[in-house]
Amino acid sequence: MSPYEAILLTIITASTPLLLAAIGELVVERSGVLNLGIEGMMVMGAVCGFAAAHVTGSAWLGVLAATFAGIATSLLFGLLTQTLITNQVATGLAITLLGLGLSGLIGSGFVGLPGVKLANVSIPWLSDLPYVGRLIFGQDPLVYISIVLTVGVAYVLNNTRVGLIIRAVGQNHHSAHALGYRVVAVRYACIAFGGATSGLAGAYLSLVYTPQWIENMTAGRGWIALALVVFSTWLPERLAAGAYLFGGVWILGLYAQGMGIGIPSQLLSALPYIATILALVIISTNRRLSVINTPASLGQGFVPDR
Amino acid sequence: MKKLLTAAASIALVSALSISAVAADKLKVGFIYIGPPGDHGWTYQHDQGRQAIDTRFGDQVETVFVENVPEGPDAERTITRLARQGAGLIFTTSFGYMDPTLKVAAKFPDVKFEHATGYKRTDNVSTYSSRFYEGRYVIGQIAAKTSKTGVAGYIGSFPIPEVVRGINAFLLGAQTVNPDFKLKVVWVNSWFDPGREADAAKVLISQGADIITQHTDSTAAVQVAEEQGVNAFGQASDMAAFAPNALLTSIIDNWADYYIARTQAVLDGSWVSTDTFGGMDANMVNIGPFINMPADVKAEAEATVAAIISGKLHPFAGPIYKQDGSLAAAAGETIDLGTLLGMDWYVQGVDDKL
Repeated sequence: MSPYEAILLTIITASTPLLLAAIGELVVERSGVLNLGIEGMMVMGAVCGFAAAHVTGSAWLGVLAATFAGIATSLLFGLLTQTLITNQVATGLAITLLGLGLSGLIGSGFVGLPGVKLANVSIPWLSDLPYVGRLIFGQDPLVYISIVLTVGVAYVLNNTRVGLIIRAVGQNHHSAHALGYRVVAVRYACIAFGGATSGLAGAYLSLVYTPQWIENMTAGRGWIALALVVFSTWLPERLAAGAYLFGGVWILGLYAQGMGIGIPSQLLSALPYIATILALVIISTNRRLSVINTPASLGQGFVPDR
Repeated sequence: MKKLLTAAASIALVSALSISAVAADKLKVGFIYIGPPGDHGWTYQHDQGRQAIDTRFGDQVETVFVENVPEGPDAERTITRLARQGAGLIFTTSFGYMDPTLKVAAKFPDVKFEHATGYKRTDNVSTYSSRFYEGRYVIGQIAAKTSKTGVAGYIGSFPIPEVVRGINAFLLGAQTVNPDFKLKVVWVNSWFDPGREADAAKVLISQGADIITQHTDSTAAVQVAEEQGVNAFGQASDMAAFAPNALLTSIIDNWADYYIARTQAVLDGSWVSTDTFGGMDANMVNIGPFINMPADVKAEAEATVAAIISGKLHPFAGPIYKQDGSLAAAAGETIDLGTLLGMDWYVQGVDDKL
């Protein structure tokens, strides 16, 4: 394997969990809900995915379990914020804390056990092509799923009636309600979708990235995903670019260190964040664009008035 | 309403009093952990030490621990809480807890504090650490003997003296076998982030390293080594189960003896603030079984361990040159303890800059 292939493969592995978690949150926020519980849903996905894969021996059942664990955790958030109209920021934080604690409890029996790795795709002939074979045709399945999800979300939001309804609910829930759309039901569906992709992101960590269960193994990736959604001004194509930019700068920083260039490692570790903040500043100079895309009802609970 | 509050307050007071009355005849020993006890690395070994206290003292002592405490203001709050809850002895088990530990210790003069790997002491704050570098020297030798590319990759957490010392000792050990041995260093600026540790291992392997060693807390790097078919060393704990074919040996921290001795000292009333820096001879640093290596490499590693224990060999015995070519210790000299504890320079041959 040539060095450049190794670099790109490592970048893709580092970026995919961010993209998976963020693409779901993007839909959630487009529907006007701010779910700060990504980290909690991710870590629940990671532990349930690992546990199911370890018990059944099938990585795919692990992926399925992770997805459902993410959905279950997100529906708890939905119940609290949509039905009981609790504060979304506080509830999201509570979900993160709950997820981190509960996953440790569920996973206590699984620490240090051998994991099941989700096998890479292997297409005869194509995967063995020089230079591009492994990159394009030999990734693990979740990488393809993350790309399909991103393209799908972009298409649905921009070109379909369902996307229009989601955006309407996020922009002005009173108007959407007056038009006869079921605001709360739409938001529940979006929250569940966000939970599913966060669960997948967790599965990526415990079944592909580092196939094992370790407490807190998400290590703050949920928060980076959350920042990426804002960075992208709620546009899926930008979100993908942002996730790969973050992962790319991070891995290239490690490469620069390994080559002994002599840039302080603290600066290199901060670079992904600096790059993301810079991009954010540059984007927000175009005020019109960010105002148009920001869901106007973001973070507000909706109580139907009649 | 006011009556209700007074009643509630008095109930709370009474129950608090009764709790402290029960707790008075039992020594409470608190632990602050940087990661989860299930990391199978640094924190895992500290937790083994805590359990050893439980086993030894039974009903005399009660141990409590708080895991995943970030270094910084959160640590101060958590240590204060343990002290308020009546802990008589508190172990804070990461370098970054140094200043928070001192701050809390000043407020609780009757509570004894033990800070791992730090250098600031007061009347009720002791420090303790292990000569991990002795183990690093041994694995450096093994690395140079088994490596085919002559390049090892070292995953560092933070560029603090403890870690820099380990890097230097590793390379000094390797240079006794192969003077041209190269060492690449990648810092992940975290003690515990399995994903990043795995990234760093992949990066180092793709840059030609065929031996991976780490000064971070999870088992992710040795698993990457196993997957990619290169060799690795376990850190802090025996990691053979995670890389049965890749692992050569592990440096194992043994805190149990020290923790039992210090708990005993508090029970006896003989506890005084002190600094402990124990090595292989004091059984604070152990080397795991030597596996996946030829018999002659194993025999030499065992000889090195024996020489360090007997005091015949000091990893930092001269001649040692700094990275810039200046002499750090002449032949016949040994780098003194103060310099070791504050080590902020690389020896010649490290492919990195501080």
